[in-house]
Amino acid sequence: MEVTQVLLNAQSIDGNVRKHAEDSLRQFQEQNLPGFLVSLSGELASEDKPVDSRKLAGLILKNALDAKDESRKQELVQRWLSLDPVAKTQVKSCLLQTLSSLVTEARSTATQVIAKVAGIELPQKQWPELIGSLLSNIHQVPTHVKQATLETLGYLCEEVSPQVVDQDQVNKILTAVVQGMNASEGNNDVRLAATRALYNALGFAQVNFRNDMERDYIMRVVCETTMSPEVKIRQAAFECLVSIAAMYYEKLAPYIQDIYNITAKAVRGDEEPVALQAIEFWSTICDEETDILEEYIGDSNGDSDVPCFYFIKQALPALVPLLLETLLKQEEDQDLDEGAWNIAMAGGTCLGLAARTVGDDIVPLVMPFIEENITKPDWRQREAASYAFGSILEGPSPDKLAPLVNHALPFMLSALVKDPNNHVKDTTAWTLGRMFEFLHSSIVGTPIINEGNCQQIITVLLQSMKDVPNVAEKACGALYFLAQGYEDVGPTSPITPFFQQIVQSLLTVTRREDATESRLRTAAYETLNEVVRCSTEEITHLVVQLVTVIMMELHKCLETQNLSSDGKEKRSELIGLLCGCLQVLIQKLGSLESTKYVVLQFSDQIMGLFFRVFACRNATAHEEAMLAIGALAYVMGPDFAKYMPEFYKFMEMDLQNFEEYQVCAVTVGVVGDICRALEDKILPYCDGIMTQLLKNLANDNLDRSVKPPLFSCIGDIALAIGDNFNKYLMYAMNTLQLAAEMYAHTAGFDDEMTEYINTLRNGILEAYSGIFQGFKNSSKTQLLIPYAPHILQFLDSIYMEKDMDEVVMKTAIGVLGDLADTLGSNAGSLIQQSLSSREFLNECLTSEDHLIKESAEWAKLAITRAISV
Amino acid sequence: MAPHDVRRPFKRPAISDQERRRQHSLLRQAQNRRDAQHHARCLASTVLSLPTLAPEPESSPSENPEPWQENLDVLGASKLKAAEARKWFAKQLMHPEWMIDIPNNLSQDWFVFSRPSGKRCFVVSCNGTTISRLRNGSILHRFPSALPAGARKKDSGPSQTYSILDCIFHEGDQTYYVIDMVCWRDYSLSDCTAEFRFFWLNSKLAETGACDLPSRYHKYRFSLVPVYSCDSNGLYAAYSAPVPYVKDGLLFYNKHAHYQAGITPLALVWKDENCSQYVMDTDSKGQVPNQQQVVLELQDDGKLTTSDDPPVVFGCLDGSFIQQSGLQSGCLLRFSIGEGGIVLMDGKLEKADLHYLGKANRARASADSFSKVMFQYSVRHSPLRIDGLLESVSISVDEENKACDIEMDG
Repeated sequence: MEVTQVLLNAQSIDGNVRKHAEDSLRQFQEQNLPGFLVSLSGELASEDKPVDSRKLAGLILKNALDAKDESRKQELVQRWLSLDPVAKTQVKSCLLQTLSSLVTEARSTATQVIAKVAGIELPQKQWPELIGSLLSNIHQVPTHVKQATLETLGYLCEEVSPQVVDQDQVNKILTAVVQGMNASEGNNDVRLAATRALYNALGFAQVNFRNDMERDYIMRVVCETTMSPEVKIRQAAFECLVSIAAMYYEKLAPYIQDIYNITAKAVRGDEEPVALQAIEFWSTICDEETDILEEYIGDSNGDSDVPCFYFIKQALPALVPLLLETLLKQEEDQDLDEGAWNIAMAGGTCLGLAARTVGDDIVPLVMPFIEENITKPDWRQREAASYAFGSILEGPSPDKLAPLVNHALPFMLSALVKDPNNHVKDTTAWTLGRMFEFLHSSIVGTPIINEGNCQQIITVLLQSMKDVPNVAEKACGALYFLAQGYEDVGPTSPITPFFQQIVQSLLTVTRREDATESRLRTAAYETLNEVVRCSTEEITHLVVQLVTVIMMELHKCLETQNLSSDGKEKRSELIGLLCGCLQVLIQKLGSLESTKYVVLQFSDQIMGLFFRVFACRNATAHEEAMLAIGALAYVMGPDFAKYMPEFYKFMEMDLQNFEEYQVCAVTVGVVGDICRALEDKILPYCDGIMTQLLKNLANDNLDRSVKPPLFSCIGDIALAIGDNFNKYLMYAMNTLQLAAEMYAHTAGFDDEMTEYINTLRNGILEAYSGIFQGFKNSSKTQLLIPYAPHILQFLDSIYMEKDMDEVVMKTAIGVLGDLADTLGSNAGSLIQQSLSSREFLNECLTSEDHLIKESAEWAKLAITRAISV
Repeated sequence: MAPHDVRRPFKRPAISDQERRRQHSLLRQAQNRRDAQHHARCLASTVLSLPTLAPEPESSPSENPEPWQENLDVLGASKLKAAEARKWFAKQLMHPEWMIDIPNNLSQDWFVFSRPSGKRCFVVSCNGTTISRLRNGSILHRFPSALPAGARKKDSGPSQTYSILDCIFHEGDQTYYVIDMVCWRDYSLSDCTAEFRFFWLNSKLAETGACDLPSRYHKYRFSLVPVYSCDSNGLYAAYSAPVPYVKDGLLFYNKHAHYQAGITPLALVWKDENCSQYVMDTDSKGQVPNQQQVVLELQDDGKLTTSDDPPVVFGCLDGSFIQQSGLQSGCLLRFSIGEGGIVLMDGKLEKADLHYLGKANRARASADSFSKVMFQYSVRHSPLRIDGLLESVSISVDEENKACDIEMDG
């Protein structure tokens, strides 16, 4: 087959030609995969072929090795590993050869494909000579080969995990990369490739960062590189510094003064992409120190792994003025641009993070700036002052801030209405929101809102909600926190007299023609929700009225037809917001005995509306309606059964929505709600639900985050229907057992995966708990006996892995109790033999976590009884 | 290798309201699942059963005008609001009888501790706030505390958990002295023995930081009361050891008794001048009247009864007197006890020399209990003294030794 022409045809503008070419390629691949891959790699390596066919050949190769979808990716990995070794060797040799190509596109495609192959082969201990042969390229004279090789090393470090590469090879890679960054390297392309490669290689440098000399060398080169004449290189070097701040915080002390000088220079004078990275360095230090300090508080022993060096506290007198300068570099209309990110925004964000890190110390450094600028004629100065104020409201103590805020409030309120500049008003409203968020609470501290100013604040905010969308949106946000602060106010709330007016104003905002700009409508509904959540009992009659209003809005919205695609999208969004609002209303009214009847009274109409919502194909709308239905079922209890015949169709449909897995996840949760509401009345629907749950668990295309709740849901069903679960027992236990075996061990997984496996284990254990409890006191408990050894073994093995989190521990020890409680003396000796019943139980009994301890005490009791009988 | 974006959230709350709703639902589902599991675990288990504080609905509905309220457990009660909650809580405190004779096995089966003087209340922590309710159910304080879910704080655990402590609020040092634990993190202890409850109380309360000094999220300090086993050392310590609060008598709790709403003979109160400022009842002016006064409830048939269940009849008013004075059944009436005193026969009331004084103060919620009347009577005539109590606990130890000896010989 003449592959060059086919590859060119596949990029033709003529659809027929293109389709024909694509078909041929597919056929070739299906009939002879090794031959196909070999000829693609040959194409990529041939200097005499057209660049377009070479590029596409490389791209197809890359796609034959990797896919976004995890299960597809695994398939491709296995396919490559089982490929004819001769073909693989040929492909790899062509790829390495391409690194020397004079055509940039061919080289750059090859670097990525090599990294993909390495990502598959290195963990299998295959292709051991790769790194060696790449490193030998480094010393070649042609700079383009050097550049491509460094780029390959960078991609390689991105693809494979550090454990896979020997320290010896890591040393060589780092040496090559850092040498490539060095100022003595005359070629900018090489320096840039090396600097970017270092960014990815930093994760491999754990050992090297422990060695003072090596670390000094790396740090010196990185710092020098930030002064390269080439902007892209400077940017890449600062990216390395940011990454080092996150990865090697505890090693930074000797360099921090130099880094401050470098970053300050970049923030003040360099081009924006570089300055942004320089600010990001300090933001990252703030992140690190807040984490460490939070751990200090959480860990009363004070022996945290990483000590806090208080870099921010020390740098503060210099850092704060630097950041304040950036605030004056706003862009016009940045508030109207969702995607905007500039130095003023980054600087203010960093200022806020610094305030969280150091607390009170920042206040005297920022106040003079605010006082000096807040009344200046230049809008930039007023905006910067307000933004600075808003930024430091989280972190310092309320005692320190409350007097300042009290003093500033009247001015801010008047600025919100009177300032001629939209940007200033936007920031003023945001700052007011932050004041309420962090300093206004009915419970403690000096109140910043009192009888004297409450009315004025509300009046100003309601007026501001009529302003341009971005300002109105911030005003809604401020009102949100104003309401939230009164959450625990007790039987009467100061905002009660304004409730009706607030609700009316918010509804008016939601109906504004420009409400879809700047997220305004969303903000208005969110605020409405919060106002309802925090409303007190004295005005439930007004909340009741709101139910009919929102139902009517939803009805009207469902009626609208003949919309453009943009109109349809906005309509779906509105449906979602209205369903969300109904959910909040259902929860609010359902939580009080005195208003529960309202929910029951409207439930037919509400469900009718939700059924119509399900007819629209929109994920968010479905999700919101599902959540609301879960809340409704919780309030209604067994009476919800009357909606099941119709609702079941939609439930089944959404359980099958793998594409929009959030919908599926939410629906799984709602199935649990319905189980608890209906108890054994859910029985008629269980065949369908169980089939779907088990199918979903077996489906590799479903997002993995849905699997843990799927397991838990099996437990919910078992608990609801008791020993009627009998008919699913074999299938459920089978699935659980397979999963338990698969997730008993976490060795070789990273933290994120271990965390995920723990959520899976928790789901599996919750399923076991539900099944045992469901069968308790039934005549069929003996059906469970055959499964007991395996379950105990699962408990033992996860105990021995020593990687359970608290949640799993609590559930696991509970399962031990449930097993003992349900099986009693039938399992007595089995239990006694298990490790869990001794060491694990003792460990849980002495746990500091009260939930674990309580479950353990329950388990101990159940075991004692099982053994004694 | 493209440059790495450093965009951070700008002027936005870190979490969207929709995400909040989703998480709220997940939390509620997890909580409900836990409740359902907990409930299931408790059904067959006698020791850990989640009890209802109020009596079981065994009686016919006609006798039970508010069945839904009667059947509530503590978790159900957490959902009640204002007036209903007040009514419900008013009935749930356990009240001691007065000690008019010494129980058998005082030294083995009982605890003793000195009672702080102050306002008796339930302290309920839930949903990020803490509320204390007086005997009549009305709210004393609403405040943030370090109790579970007692303040709006990130690290105080799930906010829906529910805890109830039986406390005395001591004005002097603004401290809640915890004398019993009814419910802890949704876990009802009312069907657990006093021994277990005190053990739990001791091990759990300090863990929360509730015993720490007041702070931003912890407005009042909580403190434990030293509880002793009622042997001679324990009794003596409870009686005389210094405590940071003003004492108001000694409380005796039977180790095996559950927490039972209302008056129970398995908890007893005793006092003398040494350990209480208020041994003898005073009148509304704070004076001790010459003659003992009692408050009794007038029944349909004219009988005058105590607040006990079943009530003890102290006397009877004749119909014409009732009519003349405009009294109705259910009225609380005040009487003095005359020279004739109170005569008992085999521990049962034979007769009492009652003299009508008038209606009781409107603030009174119920009549005196039999044990209270008898305790006040004995205080005036032949008080039960600390020496007698100490003697009884040392005697019972001797008796035990003797019993032991005999068994070993046998």
